[in-house]
Amino acid sequence: MINITVNGQHHEVDADPNMPLLWVIRDILGLTGTKYGCGAAQCGACTIHLNGEAVRSCVTKLNRAAGQRIVTIEGLSANNDHPLQLAWNELNVPQCGYCQSGQIMSGAILLRENSNPSDQDIDDAMSGNICRCGTYQRIRAAIHKAAAMQTEGAKL
Amino acid sequence: METNSISRRNFLRVSGLAGTALCLGFYFPANAKKEELIAALAEGQSSFEFNAWMRIDTDGKVTLTDHRAEMGQGSYQSVPQIIAEELEVDLKDINVIFAIGDPDKYGSQITGGSSTIRGSYKKLLNLSATAREMLITAAANKWGVPASECYAQSGHVIHKPSGKKFNYGELVTDASKLSPPKDVKLKNISEYKLIRKPLNRLDTPMKTNGEAIFGLDKKLPGMLHAAVERSPRLRGKIKSFDDSAALKVPGVKKVFKIQMMVFNTTRDGVVVIADSTWAAMQGRKALRVEWDDSGFEHVNTIDIYKAHEELLKKEEGISHKKQGDTDGALAKATQQIDVIYQTPYQSHAAMEPLNCAAYYQPDKIEIWGPIQAPDWVLNDISTKFKMPKDKVIVNMTFLGGGFGRKAFLDYTHEVVAISKEIGAPVQVVWSREDDIKQGPYRAGISYRGQGAIENGDISALKFKMAGQNIDHWNGPARGKANGSTSEGFLKPYYDSIKNISFADVPYEMPLPNMWWRSVYASTNGFAYESFMNEMAVLAGQDQLDFRRKYLKDERCQRLIDRMEEVSGWKSRQKNQGYGVAITECFETTVGQVVKVSRNAEGKVKIDKVWAVMDCGWYVNPDIIKAQVEGSVVMALGAATIHEITFKNGLVEQNNFYDYLMPRMSDAPPVEVHIMENTADAGGVGEPGLPPFAPALTDAIYDLTGKRIRKLPFNMNAV
Repeated sequence: MINITVNGQHHEVDADPNMPLLWVIRDILGLTGTKYGCGAAQCGACTIHLNGEAVRSCVTKLNRAAGQRIVTIEGLSANNDHPLQLAWNELNVPQCGYCQSGQIMSGAILLRENSNPSDQDIDDAMSGNICRCGTYQRIRAAIHKAAAMQTEGAKL
Repeated sequence: METNSISRRNFLRVSGLAGTALCLGFYFPANAKKEELIAALAEGQSSFEFNAWMRIDTDGKVTLTDHRAEMGQGSYQSVPQIIAEELEVDLKDINVIFAIGDPDKYGSQITGGSSTIRGSYKKLLNLSATAREMLITAAANKWGVPASECYAQSGHVIHKPSGKKFNYGELVTDASKLSPPKDVKLKNISEYKLIRKPLNRLDTPMKTNGEAIFGLDKKLPGMLHAAVERSPRLRGKIKSFDDSAALKVPGVKKVFKIQMMVFNTTRDGVVVIADSTWAAMQGRKALRVEWDDSGFEHVNTIDIYKAHEELLKKEEGISHKKQGDTDGALAKATQQIDVIYQTPYQSHAAMEPLNCAAYYQPDKIEIWGPIQAPDWVLNDISTKFKMPKDKVIVNMTFLGGGFGRKAFLDYTHEVVAISKEIGAPVQVVWSREDDIKQGPYRAGISYRGQGAIENGDISALKFKMAGQNIDHWNGPARGKANGSTSEGFLKPYYDSIKNISFADVPYEMPLPNMWWRSVYASTNGFAYESFMNEMAVLAGQDQLDFRRKYLKDERCQRLIDRMEEVSGWKSRQKNQGYGVAITECFETTVGQVVKVSRNAEGKVKIDKVWAVMDCGWYVNPDIIKAQVEGSVVMALGAATIHEITFKNGLVEQNNFYDYLMPRMSDAPPVEVHIMENTADAGGVGEPGLPPFAPALTDAIYDLTGKRIRKLPFNMNAV
């Protein structure tokens, strides 16, 4: 049994300690917003937060998360209202949408660390996330928008 | 105003499960030459022959069945947006569900050829207006007033003089007893409140919080998980396998051999069944399989292109289109060019790897997955498993990209065969490596262009293509030319250029092929439009002025006007790095201007892409813009970043570490303009792709003087 906390809920997981968190989260806990894209930390579709840091869950083993705190896309906000989610909706970022959980989870760490990222900062922070539909320009615009919303929110 | 009618005899009485509902649907008889419109009216009985298209419940809820796949191109938004316009309902009140595969009820359901809107918008408008008129009549009858005094708005019928109103739910029962009006008036474009507006997509919220269910996310009670080891070489046969280590992996339950059918060929695999995806993948790694995969060792990319080149030099091929006398004109020409273009094999590499879930039971087969052609899957599964069609249920989920790959029938057949073997619901997940290495691919095609200029005008255009034909699945020998040899080439050229010929030089190779976003236009467009640019240089003329002379069609002239205007084409300096191309794809014409420059390190970078699209009647300009933006990125990858190559019969690429993808920093700014006109709708999901590569290489020629004729090329090495 390995204890993990996912989106604020404690779970005792009975699984191979080497099982990547991706499959623990999807197949055992039933949270399917985190996606499998490559299994090799190349595409970012499986990005989650482990103790507040973005990690590729497809290569992060269950035992590395023992006793630790995980946030998935389902737990990023209560009402789909994280500034990134609001900006994504306003700018109609997703096309097929498959990579977007990972994009948003990567973007959330960038925004926490850098409240006013430049294009270059965004390109660097998001370089590990592939979008085959090619929504990159909208993702970049949405991150700028979310940064502005966050700043506005902080002033209020 | 346009008028449309629905014939009364074609109305049927049908039922909703939960009380009365007004259901309208249209039906394409499978064997009819002309699509016939049939609406169905609900009441009482529990069985009906034709399925409903849209449904209004007595509580006023409107449910629309989307018969096409949603793979990013936006049908989940644009189809409701059409219906809501004429039905006069608010989009927030519409519930959208995906259809099951049923071509007898829905007609073609393949999401391909950019056909979702252009194939159904007129019928959707007509059906929606018909339902609206019936609801208005029902209200007028209830009030005892003329229908002309009533109008519909936001799911209500309102009596104008008195201000009285009913919501649609209150009218459904009465409306369902009416005969549909013979003629309904459709709105003019100027009257649209929803259509042509950049409304937010209905599927966006569920794609930002993890709620959207893709194929991979499907869970069934008691579902097992499977991973399949397939031959590393094409059509390899299993000689033997050792599953002893695999069966020791915790969670692995069973290992057995399976055959997957791919059109007229079969592919062997060893299946590992487990209680989780991960356990199945681990079990698969522990397998020891000995393959007999002889017979394909000779397949090498370098040889494929060498063979293309020799064929294009020696053979005249099979004529596809011919007007005038190209050979005669070439023979006496003083100014001519003769060049070869090459395009690579490409993987679709959708972000969602192939997967599918199925449950085979002796009297019923049900399947769930990211499926582009549920009607094809239905027919295929019914035939291969000898199950009546009404006992085969094909469910579409959201698709994490498709690009043509998910209309292939291999993975859907395989999962049903596996479920049949174990007698339980099962999900098969392909690894990214399976997705990249197993194909099918866009075929790499080579072209030879020969052309002559006389007195500044084109006197001959002669094109030949050599490459695998997608149709090769239907049999190896081809007696006639590939029907898509001239796809992408603008039709007005035929009216103004006297001598043109297209020929297909057959080239057989047993590599699995499938259409890939924009199909042949994606490769033809590069060759034919690059050649037009080379001809313009030979004639000493501006590329757009040169095209203008031959594209006399008014829509083309206006498209060129707009391209010049938005890109500042006429005020550019020579060798500043501007390039251009115009292609046609699925009844839509797109022109692109690309601007490149050298960055501080001396490397070529793309500053901007201007795209002008003429797709005729359209629904949602923001979705169209998004499709073109994305098409440019996909085209950029295929032109400069990745290709599938073969060495001794093996695919050399594996995953995103060696089949590289454009990243955020690679994506150029794209400015999209849509031409306003009232012509019939063309496609939008694919036509933005073909002009990009020839416009980019033209821009590089303008900047550097180097003409690129082989894709992909390395931008950093130009």
